[in-house]
Amino acid sequence: MNNEGVIYRISGPVVTATGMQAGMYDVVRVGHEGLMGEVIELHGDKAVIQVYEDTSGIRPGEPVLNTRETLSVALGPGLLTQIYDGIQRPLATLEEVMGVFITRGVDADGFDMERKWTFEAVASAGDEVVSGQVIGNVQETETIVHKIMVPPGKGGTVKSISSGDYNVTEDVCTLEDGTTMQMMQKWPVRTPRPYQQKYAPDTPLITGMRILDFLFPLAKGGAAGIPGPFGSGKTVTQQSLAKYSDAQIVVYIGCGERGNEMTEVLDEFPHLIDPNTGKPLMNRTVMIANTSNMPVAAREASVYTGITIAEYFRDMGYDVALMADSTSRWAEAMREISSRLEEMPGEEGYPAYLSSRIAEFYERAGRVQTLNGDDGSVTVIGAVSPPGGDVSEPVSQGTLRIVKVFWGLDAGLARQRHFPAINWLGSYSLYPPSLDQWFRDNISQDYPEIRTAISGLLQIEAELQEIVQLVGSDALPVDQQLTLEVARMIREYFLQQNGFHDVDAFCSVELHYKMAKAILTFQESAKNAMAAGADLQDVVNVPSRTDLMRGRFEATYGDDIDALVEKMNEEIAAAVEEN
Amino acid sequence: MSGKEYRTITDVKGPLVFLNKTEPVAFGEIVQLRLNNGTTKNGQVLDTSDELVVVQVFEGTAGVDLNTGVKFMGDVFKLPVSDDLIGRILDGAGRPRDGGPDIVAEENADIIGAAINPYSRRSPHDFIQTGISAIDCCTTLVRGQKLPIFSASGLPHNDIALQIARQAKLTGSDEEFIVVFCAMGITAEEFNFFRSDLERTGALENAVLFVNLADDPAVERIITPRLALTAAEYLAFEKDYHVLVIYTDMTNYCDALRQIGAAREEVPGRRGYPGYMYTDLAMLYERAGIVKNKKGSITQFPILTMPGDDITHPIPDLSGYITEGQIVISRELHQQGIYPPINVLPSLSRLMGSCIGEKTTREDHKSVSDQMYAAYAQGRELRGLVAIVGEDALNERDKQLLDFSGVFEDKFLRQSRDEDRTIAETLDLCWTLLSQIDTKYLVRLDQKWIEKYHPDNRA
Repeated sequence: MNNEGVIYRISGPVVTATGMQAGMYDVVRVGHEGLMGEVIELHGDKAVIQVYEDTSGIRPGEPVLNTRETLSVALGPGLLTQIYDGIQRPLATLEEVMGVFITRGVDADGFDMERKWTFEAVASAGDEVVSGQVIGNVQETETIVHKIMVPPGKGGTVKSISSGDYNVTEDVCTLEDGTTMQMMQKWPVRTPRPYQQKYAPDTPLITGMRILDFLFPLAKGGAAGIPGPFGSGKTVTQQSLAKYSDAQIVVYIGCGERGNEMTEVLDEFPHLIDPNTGKPLMNRTVMIANTSNMPVAAREASVYTGITIAEYFRDMGYDVALMADSTSRWAEAMREISSRLEEMPGEEGYPAYLSSRIAEFYERAGRVQTLNGDDGSVTVIGAVSPPGGDVSEPVSQGTLRIVKVFWGLDAGLARQRHFPAINWLGSYSLYPPSLDQWFRDNISQDYPEIRTAISGLLQIEAELQEIVQLVGSDALPVDQQLTLEVARMIREYFLQQNGFHDVDAFCSVELHYKMAKAILTFQESAKNAMAAGADLQDVVNVPSRTDLMRGRFEATYGDDIDALVEKMNEEIAAAVEEN
Repeated sequence: MSGKEYRTITDVKGPLVFLNKTEPVAFGEIVQLRLNNGTTKNGQVLDTSDELVVVQVFEGTAGVDLNTGVKFMGDVFKLPVSDDLIGRILDGAGRPRDGGPDIVAEENADIIGAAINPYSRRSPHDFIQTGISAIDCCTTLVRGQKLPIFSASGLPHNDIALQIARQAKLTGSDEEFIVVFCAMGITAEEFNFFRSDLERTGALENAVLFVNLADDPAVERIITPRLALTAAEYLAFEKDYHVLVIYTDMTNYCDALRQIGAAREEVPGRRGYPGYMYTDLAMLYERAGIVKNKKGSITQFPILTMPGDDITHPIPDLSGYITEGQIVISRELHQQGIYPPINVLPSLSRLMGSCIGEKTTREDHKSVSDQMYAAYAQGRELRGLVAIVGEDALNERDKQLLDFSGVFEDKFLRQSRDEDRTIAETLDLCWTLLSQIDTKYLVRLDQKWIEKYHPDNRA
């Protein structure tokens, strides 16, 4: 086997090598500096390589070395709290080696290979172990136990295994057939990790955002797309999800986005507390930051690196949430490389395989029975940045065809400073039928009906608004004016949520259910009062309604809300007597 | 590797020259072409292989023939940098344009510029006071930010950029900005306007100008901003200066990019612009920021004119996805005679939250800004309604909001070209204007700020 070739041609991030035996997706080292690249096309003797680093100054004739490995990530204790670039190089290590600017030709391990971890064996000698089976545990962070599993494809009778302190490359377990196992395993990023079977999702991923949890719920193991034009709050929404969703592990991919924004995340996350465990949020987080000006091929790889890490934690039986911000940048990286390969383009210059790549990526989400029989899930939430906010473009369309939840961000709402700027009329979720049982069992029997009532009101409001635009609201009959008032309450009190407020940023399902119910209670009481002769303005202006609405910024709101609703009812009843 | 001259040109197409049979040439290598009449042109390698080399010629290919001599210079494009840059005017390829001597290099910096490790950045949080109320109050500028001006032909974006360059300062500090000005395809008249204004205010001594005018080679515009940013990086991260980079007009830059893409017969993306334009723009815009252990900073003010006033055009659209907000200039306001005609509604500063508040501007800034914005947005919307149903159909609240939108434009937005309002003046002005709306409609203002700052409670 000849693993050495020479460069024949260089065109931006695409390099062609000759004289080397290569297979698709082999990782190669390019040029005297050993830049990392991946074979993406073969033409006879020529191998076309996408290079993950800047290629300026590289010349034809320089050597290319085939490593014979496919692009893989290292999986093992040490992953959590890390911040990686698109090809799993820790940014902190890169800073140590090259300073503040990312130069090239530097290799870095995914995590500390020397650090000793305390391995507690759960299998013992003589046990029969199969692929995926947990043979031991490592307390990786305060909140997360890292389960050491038999790598897929391996299995047999344990000959020896012992607890103790090891680094990730030392043998912790030997099988009768001589196979040794370490705490670290590698997995090629473009291959989904195996599982036994996929289940239908039946549990919601609680995000703490009222509009999402209540109107457009996402299931654990589901996939959601968030398209929106610039400035509509995609990144803020993704970050809120990373902070507050009740997943056990969060993988956050900043794919081709802004450097300063990424820095804000990197600065902020280590100080945030997970509302579900009370421990630092970083303990459950892995971040990948490949900003827009970092090499485009590494951006293409970053989503695969992220989802492979997510699948690995899923295999331990965890619920994992993966945020990709933004998948459009990933698609653009594909487009850029495809155009360098002079491939025949599909729509808008994107490669013809764009939608199948998008589908393959989202299909790696799911709630599964893992190889060891446990239950785990990967939920994928992908931001999409459609040019000009027009979702008829290929990336949005490719995404909408595959995801079941569509959270459409709206520049108009963002301009009115209505946050989260998710359009309640255009968004949808196909999960309520599978999740309603959970809501009935865990929250309240009438939960789905309340949801239908609220979304119905919003629909009616949209129709009434069209009339108001023409004739003004005073021309409407009072019952319709009341409907408008209730809808305004839904928008301002329920749908709007301040992602930066200590209390309001996270709202439990129990609480948002009570809030939704309070709105309907107001509607009911107001209707009754007006039927009994009360004036609309008197009913709308009862002071306790303002208290009810403002109260959501108080930490004790969950305890107070029932009393506030009762008081509101009394005041509305009193408005009848005044007349 | 240099020295040898090749006469192996096979094709010339637009700004591109194709050669065969050369030594191994590096990707990105600098090339010198010697024409038969003795003049030289510069270029850069775009594609290289054993058989074929593609060179983009910055000065255009007029006069190039198959006998033109081509010399490979053995290195990628570098800019000689030193303190001497300050006060100089250079052309679009980095050569002196002011009749002065060549720059004596302290070092030669690669103009492509490496990406800043996101982990090594510091979050920007220093408030820059521009003295323009609309910007300071509603789309606050932060040191290390990249905030473009989205304008269109015939609007006074240049005046605004210059006013910012003149007035920008950190509150409570006398640190001055070094202005790096980068002109791409603007007219001589526009350039003279910039230069004479910088001269008049003495800012020229603290500025570096890179100038590619409308009649200079279009392809050269590809490197002009890279030179400017390389100079800015050197001054900021080696010499501890705070640098304000103004470049105009990004639309000309993108058109040059499209021209090269077309000549290479690349598959075009939207409106004929290359598919890699997002990455290409990011490699410029992302060269802003502040980093760990360095004192200096780079703040960017790119100016772009939206073709047909269309904000969804690929140039403003891709820019908006990369930059940290945008300042949108409105033709409607301009036609009403309002300067600066900034439409605050689609304008945005993404980093604003990190730089306003008690410690930097004033405790009520966020509240006031939200309220100004909301009231103006509602007032503007009501104008549409009034056109249909007439003002009499409005209720009291709506009437007040409608009136407010008028004074917002007339008193708050409008200011003269040399009026430099402090942030306290701007916020006090906001309170004065907001006080004509009944307090009970000002739902975005905290009660405690109303008690402290509302004119009724202050007198």
